Amino acid sequence: MSDSIKDRVIAILAEQAMLEPGDVSMDQSLEDLGIDSLGLVESIFAIEEAFDVSVPFNANDPTEGDFDISSVKAIIEAVTGLVATQAA
Amino acid sequence: MRRVVITGQGTINALGRNVAETLQAMRDGRCGIGDLEFQDVERLSIRIGAQIKGYEPEDSFNRQQIALYDRFTQFTLLAAREAIGQSGLSFSGELATRSGVILGTSGGGMNTLDENYRSVYADGKNRVHPFVVPKLMNNAAASHVSMEWNLKGPSFTVASACASSNHAMGQAMQMIRTGMADVMITGGSEAMLCFGGIKAWEGLRVMSKDACRPFSANRNGMVQGEGAAVFVFEDYERARTRGADILAEVVGFSMTSDAADIVMPSKQGASRAIAGAMQDARLNPEDVAYVNAHGTGTTANDKTECAAVADAFGHHADDLMISSTKSMHGHLIGGTGAVELLACIMALREGVIAPTIGYEEPDPECALDVVPNVARDVKVNAVLSNAFAFGGLNAVLALRAA
Repeated sequence: MSDSIKDRVIAILAEQAMLEPGDVSMDQSLEDLGIDSLGLVESIFAIEEAFDVSVPFNANDPTEGDFDISSVKAIIEAVTGLVATQAA
Repeated sequence: MRRVVITGQGTINALGRNVAETLQAMRDGRCGIGDLEFQDVERLSIRIGAQIKGYEPEDSFNRQQIALYDRFTQFTLLAAREAIGQSGLSFSGELATRSGVILGTSGGGMNTLDENYRSVYADGKNRVHPFVVPKLMNNAAASHVSMEWNLKGPSFTVASACASSNHAMGQAMQMIRTGMADVMITGGSEAMLCFGGIKAWEGLRVMSKDACRPFSANRNGMVQGEGAAVFVFEDYERARTRGADILAEVVGFSMTSDAADIVMPSKQGASRAIAGAMQDARLNPEDVAYVNAHGTGTTANDKTECAAVADAFGHHADDLMISSTKSMHGHLIGGTGAVELLACIMALREGVIAPTIGYEEPDPECALDVVPNVARDVKVNAVLSNAFAFGGLNAVLALRAA
């Protein structure tokens, strides 16, 4: 897992949660961070813009698109995967 | 308070170019959703909608009119022509000053905005057509209806997102009830199916890429539609005296605000609006046989709406029919309540309950009789029409058979 992807995703989530990046830990869920459904779609938008990727995500069925949002770690792994496949 | 009745109805939407075609499609459970066709559609991830295919403005309007009428205004005028024609009314003298127009729309002249933004930003042009402002303004449709039919009383436009039409029709009803007007032309229109209109919705991640399946466990979002429906609301005594064909009576209206979240619906807010409409109409839950649902096909709306209906109707919720016709005509946003009122009037006049099509799997969180896939013949005397908007603004109408 590239540190820069990790740091950038954490920075995006921290900004959304109005926390310092240092206060975001890998096992936290979005709910733990206080990010609601609007915060989630805004975070996904920020991730798409930051990494120039397209995130498969439907708010009606968050599990549908194979983009795991269950924890900070899962999101970082999913973004890493998208960057690897979509940059190819 | 005066009684209010409906003496004319008109529409154009993806199911039909008039009321007869639309109701036939609803009876048949036909879907008006298909591939979207407009400039830059290939840059969208959502490419389906209930679009009015083969629509040519030149068939109905002359060159000068087309220069002034955005698509949402054109739809409104076509629907108004049918509705006012059916009512048999013509407006002059005292009646003209006692008649007005209240219409709902959310986006107004969205196609005009889209085309002209493209022109100045993407194509680098430095000049736009002189009528851009009068074409795109949200009140353009209401104003053109007032001009075309000489309606000189209270006229304005209501914008409350997906509840715009219900708020408009509720307001029109109140005007007649309280004696501010004798006849009101009301309903709503939307024409948001353009690149910018869909692109904006894509961002919220609530749109389906394949179908609108309200209340079905495998639903995956809403699908937009376009079009208009317009009604003639009239003082009952006036309509009776002139021997008008009364389509239905508008007996109740209620509006509430969730005061909670800009996008997530609230059970309490919706339930209060439903109960309020019944109370205003002096209907008991058992009197209401059918509810035309807001039923967008999103996870959040459908389960919240079912919970709200169960809350407001109590035990009677299990005996009630509730369907979402958005599965057929799509979500017309600010025009949706108006098109859905057509299904309510069909239920009251013809005893045909329009189905929720695309229904595939039961959802325990939507465990009501959603009239799945096939229309049903049931004689009903009182119905409700729900609309719950983004921003937590709820508006519910109650109708009774004439």
